Formats: sequence, C-alpha cells, structure tokens
Amino acid sequence: MGQVFEITMQNLRSISQRLGSSIVLVVGVAGVVAVLVAVLSIARGFERTLSVVGSEDNVVVLRSGASSELNSGLSGEQADIIQQAPGLLQVNGQPLASAELYTMVDLRKKTTGTTANVPMRGISPNGVALRDGFQLLDGRMFEPGRKELIVGRGALDQFDDLVVGTTLALGQERWDVVGSFSGQGGSIESELWADAAVVQGAFRRGNNYASVYARLSYIDALAEFKDVLTADPRLSVTVEREAEFFAEQSGALSGFVSGIGYVIAILMALGAIFGALNTMYSAVSDRTREIATLRALGFSRFAIVVSVLVEAMLLALLGGLLGAGIAYVLFNGFTVSTLNFTSFTQVVFDFAITRDLLLQGVLLALLIGLFGGLTPALRAARMPIATALRT
Amino acid sequence: MNSLHLIRKNLGRKKTRTLLTLLSVIVAFILFALLNALNHAYRLGLDLAGADRLITMHKVSFIQPLPMSYVNRISAIDGVQHIAHYSWFGAYYQDPKAQFGLFPTELETLRQVYPEFQIDQQQWQQLLQTRTGLLVGELMMRNNGWEIGQRLPLGSTIYPQQNGEYFWDFEIVATYQGVGDGSDELQAYMHYDYFNEARAFGQDSIGWIVTKIADPANSEGITRLIDERFANSSTETKTSSEKGWIAGFAAQFGNIGLMVMAILACVFFTLLLVSGNAMAQSVRERTNELAVMKTIGFTDQRVVRLVLGESLCLALLGGLLGLLMGYLIIGGARTAMAQFLPGLAMTPQTVLIGLILALLLGLVTGLIPGVRAMRLNVVEALARR
Repeated sequence: MGQVFEITMQNLRSISQRLGSSIVLVVGVAGVVAVLVAVLSIARGFERTLSVVGSEDNVVVLRSGASSELNSGLSGEQADIIQQAPGLLQVNGQPLASAELYTMVDLRKKTTGTTANVPMRGISPNGVALRDGFQLLDGRMFEPGRKELIVGRGALDQFDDLVVGTTLALGQERWDVVGSFSGQGGSIESELWADAAVVQGAFRRGNNYASVYARLSYIDALAEFKDVLTADPRLSVTVEREAEFFAEQSGALSGFVSGIGYVIAILMALGAIFGALNTMYSAVSDRTREIATLRALGFSRFAIVVSVLVEAMLLALLGGLLGAGIAYVLFNGFTVSTLNFTSFTQVVFDFAITRDLLLQGVLLALLIGLFGGLTPALRAARMPIATALRT
Repeated sequence: MNSLHLIRKNLGRKKTRTLLTLLSVIVAFILFALLNALNHAYRLGLDLAGADRLITMHKVSFIQPLPMSYVNRISAIDGVQHIAHYSWFGAYYQDPKAQFGLFPTELETLRQVYPEFQIDQQQWQQLLQTRTGLLVGELMMRNNGWEIGQRLPLGSTIYPQQNGEYFWDFEIVATYQGVGDGSDELQAYMHYDYFNEARAFGQDSIGWIVTKIADPANSEGITRLIDERFANSSTETKTSSEKGWIAGFAAQFGNIGLMVMAILACVFFTLLLVSGNAMAQSVRERTNELAVMKTIGFTDQRVVRLVLGESLCLALLGGLLGLLMGYLIIGGARTAMAQFLPGLAMTPQTVLIGLILALLLGLVTGLIPGVRAMRLNVVEALARR
C-alpha cells in the first residue's frame, strides 16, 4: 500500500513536467462535461416547469382524441355535465372546478423580435383556487365580465407589450393588463389569463370550452369520476390526473432535447477518451526508464498500474468539476422561451442544473479517466525491465 | 528515400497513437456533420421559400380562422397573380401524437401557387375528379409504406364529420415531388370541398391565404395593400413574405436552437484542440531524430514538408472519414426524426467547409512543430540528449 501511495504521489508531483498534454486532458474532459450538463439542463428545466403545476388531486378533462388543450373542444353543456359528476371536491355546495378555454395570441418575443404563439387561457371563477402555486404579484385580479387580463411572470419577462397598467391590442380587441402573477415556476407563468366568458366572446367561440380542470374529493376518487363520464353517452372525453397530463405535454420536447444531449455527450466522450489515452500513453512513454527503474528496485506491477490510473482519473475529475462548474455558472437559471411541440404554444422556463446532473457529469469524467488510463497503465506495468532501461 | 515513404513510416511507427489521433479527428468531424445537419433542419424551408409568395393570416394568431370572402377580396388587388387558401386539418395516421400537415385547399390552385411541385399528369386528372382523393408527398409515402390507390382512414385532432366521427376516409390518388431534399414532401393535400361540406363546424372559414405575385419587387407594397384592406374590420390580417413567415416560425423555437449550435461549435473546437495537441506532440518527441536527419543532409524545407505532410495526412483522412460517417448517421436519423426535424440533411456546402477545416487543422498542427523543426539548431538538439 505504501508503495502505491509513494509512486502515485511521485507521478502527481511530476505532472508539472507534462503540463501541456495534462491541460489538454483536463480541458477536453471539462468540455465534454460542460456540454452534457448544459444540454441536459435544458430538458430538465423544461420538464420541471411542466411538472410543477401538475397536482395529483386535480384532473383535466379533454375531448377524447385531442392531443392538447389547443385542439380540444367541449360544449358549455358538456362542461356542465362534467362539473356535476360525482367524485369532485365540493366547496360551499359547489364543485371545485373550472371550465377553461385555451387559445393563443401572437406577441413579439423580446429576444428574437419575431412573433410567437403566446398561450391565452380563459378561466372560470374557480380557476385560481385550483392552482395551488398561484400568487398575484402586481396589480389586481381581472374582474369577471370585463375585458381585462393578468399576465404570468414568464410571459411578462419574455414578450413585448405586456406591461401592467397598459392596454394590449389584439386585433380590434383592447384588453386592459391589470395584474401579473407567478405559479411556482410552472407553465402557467407563460400564459395570459382572462375571464372565460369574455374570451369566448372575443375569440368568437360561442359557448365552447377546451377543458375542465377539477379537484377530486379524495385522491382515489378518479376511478369513480372517470367511470361516470365514460358511461355518459352525451360525452366523449379523456380524463387524466393533472400531473400525468403535463408530463405528457412535456414528453416530446424533453425527450428530443435529452436525446440530442446524450448523443452529443457520447460522441464527445469518445473523443475525450482518445485524447486521454494519448495523454496517458505519452506520460507513460516519457517515463519508460523511470518506471523500469522502479520495477528494478522492487516496486510491484500493481503499484504502477494504480499510480497511472489515479493520475488519469484525477486529471479527468479536475476536468469534470471544472466543466460542471462552468455549466452551472453560465446556464443555471438562464431563462428562455421556446415552442412546445405538443401544445404548440410558447413555454417560458429556466435551465435547471440539478444535483443529479452534476453527479452524472462528474461520473462521466471519471469514466473517461478510467478508460483513458487503463490501457496505458497496463502497458507501463508490462514493459520488460531490461529493454525499458536501455531506451 | 522519398518523402511519402518517410511519412508513411512515421505514421506507422506509433500505431496506437496515430489511430487514437485519427479517431478523435473522426469524432470531431462526425459532430461537425451533425451540427450542420441540425442547422440545416433549423433553417428548414427557408431556401425553398419563394420570394414571390405572400402569406396572409389572422392578425391575432394563425389558429383563428379567416372568412372565405377574403380570397376574392385579395385577388382583386393589382399585382396578385394567383391565390390559394389552406386550412389545418390536424391529421394523424395512427398515433394522435404524430400529427402531420394535411391541408384542405382548392386543389386546382395548388399548382398555380406552387408550380415547383412535380405531379404525374394522369394522377393529377384523377385527383381533381376524386372527392376523397389525397395528394401526398413522395417522402411521406415512402416513410409510411403507402401506395397509390390505397384507401386510408385519417384522424383529425380538431374536426369531426357531421356524424360525429373524427376519422375521415381518403384515397391516395396522386403523389408529388418537391424541390428540396424531401423536406417539402412530408405533407399532403385534400379537397377543400370535401372538408368544408363534411365537417361539423367552421363552415366557409379558412386558415390562411397564399398569394403569388407577379413581381417580387412589389411584395412590400402588396403586403401593405392586403392588410390595409382589412384594417379596422373585425378580422384584421397580418401578411408576410413566405420567407419571413418561415423564418418567424423557426424563431419560435427561440434561442434554444442557437444555443445548442453554439454549444456544438465549442465541442468541435475542443476536439480539434485535443487532436491537434496529440499531433503536435508526436513531432515534438522526435526532435532528436529531426536533428539527425538535418545532420545527414535533409534540407530545412524538406523537414517542414515531412512534418506537414504527416499532419495533413492525418487531418484529411480523419476529416473525410468523419464526414462520411456523419453522412451515414444523418441518413439513419432522418427517417427516425422525420416528425421533429424533417430537414435533417448533409449539404455539399457542409462537405466543402468540412474539408477546408480539415486542411486548416492539418496545416496548423503541422506548421507549428514543422517550423520549430526547421529552425532547429542541430548541435543544441543533439546535445540535449
């Protein structure tokens, strides 16, 4: 054991003599880890935004066959039937439910200067009570029946013309922006909210809705609620827990981004392993005589192997920490807005560099170090002493 | 002994290192090819957009319908040559999550507005006579394994028929060939009349209007004229050039696309750094040998040529193989990702830039140690031993 420690320290002390190639190893690994962590943080942040609002107690009812709220449609009569179904929490004799309308409006995105599909939601009076994270930040709530709207924090930050206290022109319609709200970083922060009845009028939707949000009386009431709706010949709907619904809405985009992230990371990791192998091979061949001398003095093969591996892995670890740190400083909390394929509207979200992403990055670095160091270490240990001493 | 022979021997001397360096160059160029394919997909359609086409949609959002009467009112404007209207059917084949572009339109107008579509004349005639006929892009036919004459039920995520049925019957009657690399062949067109008469709601409304104008130079003026015509009405419009519209759509994905590309560019250069260092290092280690060669009469130029030739060989070979493998990967990913990234493709431009970069990589990694080798003082170098 003492041997192992001694040679390893000796190796590490001599790194300064191979500074150039050691730095390349560190930089290479740092690059790989930074990219992996950064790309995955996009997917992670996006998922988090869509999962924050999803409550297990809440259900979302859409027309069956609709892939998102945007192409779902329920008549006013159907919405009433759904809200009267058993299994829903009753507050003051009324079900805690909200029939909602979901559409989008074109607003200019600040970062690109081009227009984007910003989601606009018409909510019924219970809409706010159903979102636990909802908090009014500025101004006041819209008044039912008036052409007023409140703006989510993310939308406020990302799109032009949304200022509390001003008027927003959508075509011929003039809307007063009366307040702003937050929702624990969830996707509702990307939306504009107004009274459902007013949105129906302004967008000429008749008495139609897109969805019904409702709270279950207890968590397992879903089956009962669902059975009644499915059995009703006047309805053709799908019922899902809110959490599942939002997970589905984020699946396509986050799967796509993580897919790209992993492909890039694997390719890069290969490149970095080749780089590490090169560095370690030359580190070993630089020290051919030194290693042979050590072996002649009686140091074991095992000690040599460990010493080379430790050097490679320490350098890689340094690179990994560096890369993860760079990614964290540059990207954590970075706010962007993109088009969600599924809902076809803009979602504002923050990049989220979570602890498990950092861990994944550092693990990848150690793997690169291990694979990059293993064969050079074995070569060093296998060198015949006599030949090596003569070089 | 000729230089080529020496270069070959030098490359073969430390096979592991040469192989590793080559592999890292290959990986860098695979990434380069993928990066460019992504970029191409991101700019999808921009290169195909006609400068002589304008798109008019509802001012508030393109999911809001326009009244049918707008078609006639726009066609009365001077300079408008052809006009066609389209709607979004929200079609899917089997999986409601995999929607594709099926556009109800007056099929007669399709070829006036998009003259670049190539359609078999006989199939075209047949299409005009078949009420439930579909015109499908050829790439889409191949991707789904569809055949001409096939009956096809397609679901709509939006429109039920009057009997409440969300599945509509179609017959594939004709196919078309686009001008791009297939990215404009992932769509289908149907008769607006069939759509309009059978759907349960939304009668006589349309999605958007495409106008082909006689002279692209007038596009700004006509854009303004169209929007002014409907200003202050209950349905105001927003008109833009086809290029502007597509660019705007791509911009909806926002900085994410750009950011992924910026990250990839960093990656590429990191890998170049890694492989460049390995190449330079292998020359550095041979300082003694180069000194000996100069002692026995190799000229300075010849030494530089040897070193440079070696690094150029590695860089170009790695670059070529990387681009080739990138090409194969993109070919495979293309079908798998058709839904999200229809424009994934490798362009000749990518190959050209890739080869230039490989050349540069070879020059830079060869020149630095090469020049050092040229300036090498023989006496000093040999004394170092």
